[in-house]
Amino acid sequence: MFQLDEEQRLILQSVREIVQKEIKPRATTLDETGEFPWEAVRIFAKNDILNPLLPRKYGGVEVSTYTFCMIVEEIAKACASTALLLITQAEGTLSIVYGADESLKQKYLKRLAGDSQVLTGLGAIEPSVGSDIFSLPTRAELRGSHYILQGERCYAKNGSVADFLVLYAYTDRSKGSGGISALVIEKGFPGLVPKRDENKMGMRGAIYSEILLKNLGVPRENLIGQEGEGYSNMLKTLSASRLFTAAQAIGLAQGAMEEAISYARSRVQFGKSISHYAPIQFMIAEMATGIESARLLTYKTAFLFDQEEWKKAETYAPMAKLIASDTAMKVTTDAVQIMGGYGYMKDYPVERMMRDAKLTQIDTGTNQIMKCIIGRDLTGIS
Amino acid sequence: MFDHTSFLPTQELKNFQGRIQQVARDKIAPQAPRVDEEEFFNREVESLLWDHGLLTLTFPVEFGGYGQGRIVAFCIAVEEIAKVCASSALLLIIQAVGSFPIIHGGSNELKQKYLPQMSGGRKLVAYLVTEPTAGSDIAGIQTTAVREGSDYLLNGSKCFATSGGVAGVYSVLAKTSEGKGNGNSSFFLVERESPGLSIGRTESKLGQRGSNTTEVFLENVRVPAENLLGGEGNGFLIAMKDFDMSRPAIAAQALGIAEGAFEAVLQFIKERHTIGNPIADHPVIQTILADSAILIEASRGLVYRAAILNDEGKNNTKFASMAKSFAGDAAMKITTEAVDAIQVLSGYGFLKDFQVERMFRDAKLTQIFEGTNQIQRMVIARQILKEWM
Repeated sequence: MFQLDEEQRLILQSVREIVQKEIKPRATTLDETGEFPWEAVRIFAKNDILNPLLPRKYGGVEVSTYTFCMIVEEIAKACASTALLLITQAEGTLSIVYGADESLKQKYLKRLAGDSQVLTGLGAIEPSVGSDIFSLPTRAELRGSHYILQGERCYAKNGSVADFLVLYAYTDRSKGSGGISALVIEKGFPGLVPKRDENKMGMRGAIYSEILLKNLGVPRENLIGQEGEGYSNMLKTLSASRLFTAAQAIGLAQGAMEEAISYARSRVQFGKSISHYAPIQFMIAEMATGIESARLLTYKTAFLFDQEEWKKAETYAPMAKLIASDTAMKVTTDAVQIMGGYGYMKDYPVERMMRDAKLTQIDTGTNQIMKCIIGRDLTGIS
Repeated sequence: MFDHTSFLPTQELKNFQGRIQQVARDKIAPQAPRVDEEEFFNREVESLLWDHGLLTLTFPVEFGGYGQGRIVAFCIAVEEIAKVCASSALLLIIQAVGSFPIIHGGSNELKQKYLPQMSGGRKLVAYLVTEPTAGSDIAGIQTTAVREGSDYLLNGSKCFATSGGVAGVYSVLAKTSEGKGNGNSSFFLVERESPGLSIGRTESKLGQRGSNTTEVFLENVRVPAENLLGGEGNGFLIAMKDFDMSRPAIAAQALGIAEGAFEAVLQFIKERHTIGNPIADHPVIQTILADSAILIEASRGLVYRAAILNDEGKNNTKFASMAKSFAGDAAMKITTEAVDAIQVLSGYGFLKDFQVERMFRDAKLTQIFEGTNQIQRMVIARQILKEWM
């Protein structure tokens, strides 16, 4: 597991070079302007890493889940927002891979192949985890050859830029989670109204859009699988997404730790570099220990995905996301701490990393919800 | 929300708190989001703070000070304002910190000359200690003050100066003799208009963005010898005593930020509750509420204990550091979880429209300035060892 094969080694080497040359220099501006990383889309597409999970059958490279996690990690070391671009692409892609019939796969997955710059994404607010907190706002009703979708407050990553999106909607509200279905919608479908892109604290180079669905007509063949299969599709897709968020958080934490260590070695106070002092060493020791343990759990979870042990993976992904994102929050907060006043200033990247880390605790379900899922899975309470 | 009564010994202090709370809610709170978004120093809020006498609370009574219980009063003011806007609360703190060497080190003549200018003339003060290479290590400063006849000649670069670009008066720490010990530095009062003093760039920060943070350069700045504060070689000592006052205040700021975030969550729950959503019963939310409330009450205990000791003229160094580190760490945890809570409730916590994300960014600074929380632990341990050995 710890020995990279030749293919992994080459891919990661190429990702590292791209990150150093193209991604890292853009991270600050991306954060400041809150713009979408179009340049990264172009560069990734050209280098076959915009959709590395895409199956070979549809023209993709089809790397393992494990390799994908390492790619996400490498990018997140320099720019978490840009790493989120890959995660969002994977969400839209995997939802179709997991659940769609062959003709729908042919229709959409092929559009992501090669050096395609086609963007996808996922529109979901996670439904109830045994409470009334969440409600899926979208309804779909079959009328002849089309589903007609209505939704007031629907959130979608990449919502305003994606060429096609996977949306979850109730086709039968009375059946609860068994009445949820997944559908592919396309940019330009009448009735798909982007409302606004949210102004966020961090991950400012990623787009979260509020979209309005107003009598949105979706061809019947765009239903992923059968009616009522949406919930299990969402669980599987969100589980993968949680795993990728864990990988992103680890990269982010690693990047922040490296900044803090390099600062601690050069900053002299009381006649010595501050790396000599126990409180600084303790913080760094805790950072590294946290990162390495989170990384192990993340890779183990990736392995479960690659072995297609779905049930176990659905419990492990929240664990990986919980430990990795809490670690990222702690590591980035402490990186700012080690760098003191400098860390708090916009001139250094750690304050951005701290803001970005907060989203990893929230995205794909808050960590409080992760604990609910893990606890319920382990105690057998549904 | 929280009961202050056990910490507010007099009815007068309670009334004082009530007045500030109202000003903070009515006048300062509405400005907070824009000040953060546009990152500017708000003169309107500054005027308001002058109008209510909040920028001279720690001054002698004849120059607008609060009188008995002034550090408690000062902490109450900081806490109430920080609930709605940490940047505005920081202005109170830096005004007290910067004027401390003048009040406690200046001659009577000097105080008669400058304190009326500051209180009546509404001059802000900045505290020029930190340098690019001297942060926690105050004795490592490079700025020098060399005696020349009846003057001192000051040379050096200061950074991260809160109110650096808006102050009219500066308390400047400079070395008055060679060596690196604690007895080699002294404070000087320097006027903004002094030839040779210039303001460098204004920093862009993660949080507390309504405070003005700048570099200040001193190039052959000539200061009359009577502007020496507290005698040559006493700079370090004054700085340490200043900390005994400022650390409880930073702790009060952290406490206020935490309470602001806590109240935002409660407000959100209340709004949801009125539309029939029983989220208040959810264990996730209840855990966050309970954990936050525990930390808030514990912070309050430390903050006001440290403040009361200071008012009583007793050594509060240990409690000041305990309050500062505990309340700062608590504020960081509470604001982090407040973002989670609002996210759990709505999917909105991370967004700029909801003020908890600002409070989260503001809270981080309380773990850093006036001595990082790592330095505080060192101070606490030393004090404990001193008491026991």
